[in-house]
Amino acid sequence: MQGCLFEGLLHPGADAQELTSNGHPTFRVSGVTSRLIDLDKVGMTYQAASSPVEALAGISMSVGAGEFVSLVGPSGCGKSTLLRIVAGLRPATAGTISVAGRRVTKPIDDIGMVFQAPILLKWRTILENVLLPAELAGKDAGALRGRALELLEMAELHGFADKLPRELSGGMQQRASLCRALLLDPPLLLMDEPFGALDAMTRDDLALELLRIWGELDLAREARKTVLFVTHSLPEAVFLSDRVVVMSPRPGRIAADLRIDLPRPRTVELRATEAFGRLNLEIFRTLTGRTVGATSS
Amino acid sequence: MTKFAGLSRQYWPTLVLFAFLLASWQAAVSFGGIREYLLPAPLSVWNALWHGDTSWGQHIWATTFEIIGAFVLAAGVGVALGVAIAWSPLLANALVPFLVFVNTLPKVAIAPLFLIWMGYGIFPNMLMGALIGFFPVVINTAVGLSQVEADMLDLGRVFSAPKWKIFVKIRIPNALPYILSALKITATAAVVGAIVGEFVASQRGLGYVIVTTQSSMNTSVAFASLIWISAVGLALYGAVVLAAHLWAPWAEGVD
Repeated sequence: MQGCLFEGLLHPGADAQELTSNGHPTFRVSGVTSRLIDLDKVGMTYQAASSPVEALAGISMSVGAGEFVSLVGPSGCGKSTLLRIVAGLRPATAGTISVAGRRVTKPIDDIGMVFQAPILLKWRTILENVLLPAELAGKDAGALRGRALELLEMAELHGFADKLPRELSGGMQQRASLCRALLLDPPLLLMDEPFGALDAMTRDDLALELLRIWGELDLAREARKTVLFVTHSLPEAVFLSDRVVVMSPRPGRIAADLRIDLPRPRTVELRATEAFGRLNLEIFRTLTGRTVGATSS
Repeated sequence: MTKFAGLSRQYWPTLVLFAFLLASWQAAVSFGGIREYLLPAPLSVWNALWHGDTSWGQHIWATTFEIIGAFVLAAGVGVALGVAIAWSPLLANALVPFLVFVNTLPKVAIAPLFLIWMGYGIFPNMLMGALIGFFPVVINTAVGLSQVEADMLDLGRVFSAPKWKIFVKIRIPNALPYILSALKITATAAVVGAIVGEFVASQRGLGYVIVTTQSSMNTSVAFASLIWISAVGLALYGAVVLAAHLWAPWAEGVD
């Protein structure tokens, strides 16, 4: 029943069936899930005051279309930088990046971005904020008004369309910024610690909400958006993702790439299961470099 | 009604203090033997304010005109320079040192030059007010235009928004509270500038009135002129505060 509620929302003008064949044909090879993001030996060295600092080194990974992949790692391991490199917002100093088969050399426009802060424009109403990408991209904002309102309704913000950001709580502001990221229906969502500034309860709540909006309940895998999600929280990464990529401290390298084979749709109860705990522990050990069994002393 | 009650609750101490000071002043002059040319009694100032042989209308008009002109000029030029500085690093490098130099000049010292260049009149006094008041507008405009979150600018880059669009949709509204905040300073500076200009060279205006009372020892008229000046200044300041309230309500409580 929820399937009916949200069907077509993420892909206006088409139902889910049509979309898997017509939506984003470039991202799918018939029968096989194609790779949306391809990173090949990506490195990033920047010039600090005294000497060059190597922030990322030899990052090779790929993300399939419709996959939800989290990047975790210690502070300063360059995971946020990596996200911006994928978006074409920062140039990599080594290696190649391609998204949807195209080399990334400048900012790519087929993405939605959500940052740690909601960065809503204080002087615009929530609806006007959600419509901002249309205006920036030179599209007809008026035509997208209906979609913006639908997105707000989906994020349970329909009563707040005409409110100013300061009238909303932090969690609601972040949901509004997710609506903004989804407005132009990008196939790729890049999220940089989007729940990092929220309290634990709101955070867990929004994680569930995100999966629902992502289409976990109602969309075929190929019809879902590809999500690259940076977080500090291991449980959050495990709860949300199909894969968790663990990065090592500076220079950031890929320390492990773990498949999360937990059943979808993910539920609150999942957090209490043994499998969930074991995955968390495994990632924790990879991160801290402790071998299995070494933690109990 | 309740708003009025709230205001009176907030301001009654001010009013009581003001009434007390006025009464003491009047008493000191009436009973303390202070001579009228040194310190006129409040009542004679009150009389000079409305009657007497000063034709206040033309002086108030002249000064008000100068102040508003100075304010508009300072605001316009200040915002334009601020935008130029924020728009292009080249312009910023060219302009900023020059502007800092102009700002460090004591403007009062330039006033006699204005007299030589432009003679008597309203315009030089306007220019003096603008010269004193424009600098904070330049700085606040430039700062407000650049104080935009890096992530917001990234968002603009993702959608390959042209530079002018980022300015119109993000940077300028973002700068508005900063600009309005600077304009409060400019409102006061414009009054100073206009009066300084009138002190040096003028045939009309409230500053001119004060200068003439020096020779006639008509101190109550000088006091009355001061009251008119502060009334004009307060009105302009109030207008800016009101504009800030109307145009940038989201920035309430910023300063």
